[in-house]
Amino acid sequence: MEDFGNIVCIAFIVWFTLVVGLIVLPAMFGISLGITEVYMKVLVKTLEWATLRIQRGSKEQQKPTTLVSNGIILRDDGSMEKEITDLRKGRSKPQINGEFELSDIFYFSKKGFESIVEDEVTHRFTSEELVSWNLLTRSNNNFQYISLRISIIWVLGVFIRYCILLPLRVTLATIGLSWLVIGASLVGLLPNSRVKNWLSELVHLMCYRICARGLSATIYYHNKENRPMKGGICVANHTSPIDIVILANDGCYAMVGQVHGGLLGIIQRAIVKACPHVWFERSEMKDRSLVTKRLRNHVADKTKLPILIFPEGTCVNNTSVMMFKKGSFEIGGTIYPVAIKYDPRFGDAFWNSAKYNMVSYLIRMMTSWAIVCDVWYLPSMTRQEEESAVQFANRVKAAIARQGGLVDLSWDGGLKRAKVKDAYKEEQQKSYSKMIVGDDSS
Amino acid sequence: MFTGVYNFIYFLISLTVSHSQITRLYSRFTSLDKGENGTLCREDFQRIPELAINPLGDRIINTFFPEGEDQVNFRGFMRTLAHFRPIDDHEKNKDPNVSEPLNSRNNKLLFAFRLYDLDKDDKISRDELLQVLRMMVGVNISDDQLGSIADRTIQEADQDGDSCISFTEFIKVNFYTSP
Repeated sequence: MEDFGNIVCIAFIVWFTLVVGLIVLPAMFGISLGITEVYMKVLVKTLEWATLRIQRGSKEQQKPTTLVSNGIILRDDGSMEKEITDLRKGRSKPQINGEFELSDIFYFSKKGFESIVEDEVTHRFTSEELVSWNLLTRSNNNFQYISLRISIIWVLGVFIRYCILLPLRVTLATIGLSWLVIGASLVGLLPNSRVKNWLSELVHLMCYRICARGLSATIYYHNKENRPMKGGICVANHTSPIDIVILANDGCYAMVGQVHGGLLGIIQRAIVKACPHVWFERSEMKDRSLVTKRLRNHVADKTKLPILIFPEGTCVNNTSVMMFKKGSFEIGGTIYPVAIKYDPRFGDAFWNSAKYNMVSYLIRMMTSWAIVCDVWYLPSMTRQEEESAVQFANRVKAAIARQGGLVDLSWDGGLKRAKVKDAYKEEQQKSYSKMIVGDDSS
Repeated sequence: MFTGVYNFIYFLISLTVSHSQITRLYSRFTSLDKGENGTLCREDFQRIPELAINPLGDRIINTFFPEGEDQVNFRGFMRTLAHFRPIDDHEKNKDPNVSEPLNSRNNKLLFAFRLYDLDKDDKISRDELLQVLRMMVGVNISDDQLGSIADRTIQEADQDGDSCISFTEFIKVNFYTSP
């Protein structure tokens, strides 16, 4: 029994040294040994092979593969006026504008039933459906048993992900976060100086790089010349808390957020010692003017790091960009938009906070194949003279959606939990009223 | 359980909806069913933002729920949606002994008629018409003006002089190729 105990100890020490030597140290200095590249190549080849087998398999079984990306119905995109006029054209007597027709009800009922079968919003709050299976159980919605080989590969995949990758990644994440807390606290002991800032940036970068390795994250940065500068505000679309790790791997940002308790609170308190972040108490968050003032002060100081804000206010599933809250765009200063797009084949990065809490979410992340994403830095934007904050927000949102290949929606991400405002219904009622009373509005 | 549901539907409704459409609709049904108990309640529908802002949203939601009930299962869900399937060519040469398919033009018009005719007496009265008008225009039109619009509409459509619109009069007014 003692020998067994010794062997386990030695094995553990060896493994730990390997991890530190091969992964942690290169990560801290930003060097890559190429292990991840090899892993990704193997993974891509396996997934491609699996896709071909599944396609062949479903052809043989003659089951039609449902095209998930196309909708189930074809919807008209015309305006209310155009569609109601078209409906009225079939009438036997000539129509006069500014009159009610019994047939008008068809417009609203059609729109209503179309939205019941398929709508633009509700599916943005659940994970994206895949076109072809990526050998993870969790994304196996409409895919059936194909062949023995695929099933074997799948079992092998489960073993690799849960027994080999998960412990490795948990170790890396623990090392990374502890290093952040310890390092930041140490740096915080120094007096304010250029050296302190430089060290703080170093500590932050190192830790986030280790954490990124802890998720097997492969990030492709594009247009690095547009990277956010000091004194600016960086806005990005929000899919998960991991967005912060992804962005902070390539630059240092000042975070904005609520003070939390527990582990997150410890991290928050530690890193604010090293360099200024903006943490709000829960009670302060309600006071909009106070929030804006503090952010404005931070932005005005050109020595402070750029603020990182996610204007959607909540996580959405990375197929679309939802309404940007105008608060971030009223602060002033230069906005640096960033678009983040995850590749869904390797892992589903979306945090469905209704379904999973933070810990289950992180475990899901660490048992995916990998996190692969593209980050595009867009050229900076500032608010024009005649532009309102809302128009500016929409302009930035459109640019991010265009770059990331995401759908640009005006719906509020808050619809995840809240009901839609009655104001929108009233708008529809108003346009319809104009149609039936003609041009003389009451 | 899945195949059991399929068989039941095919037997009862005799739809020729394709397999993939049923799968997609079932997927949609379960995604709306937040309580995960196999039925939808009114709140589940109201969670769809585009439906919640539709002026006739509540009426449309009510068509799914049979008299006095608060839950609808997948069979009921499909049955109501079947009214809106496009009319297939082969259904035009139908056997007169088989009852009309749910989505024939007549049945679609009857469905729309029922959206107006809340008390199901096969007549749209002035009050019922006013109710629907009020839902569609909100607060933007005065009672008087709305009343005169309703009166004018009934006058045009009414042929038997009972100041109500019957289903036959409704069909005559809405002579479409396909709504």
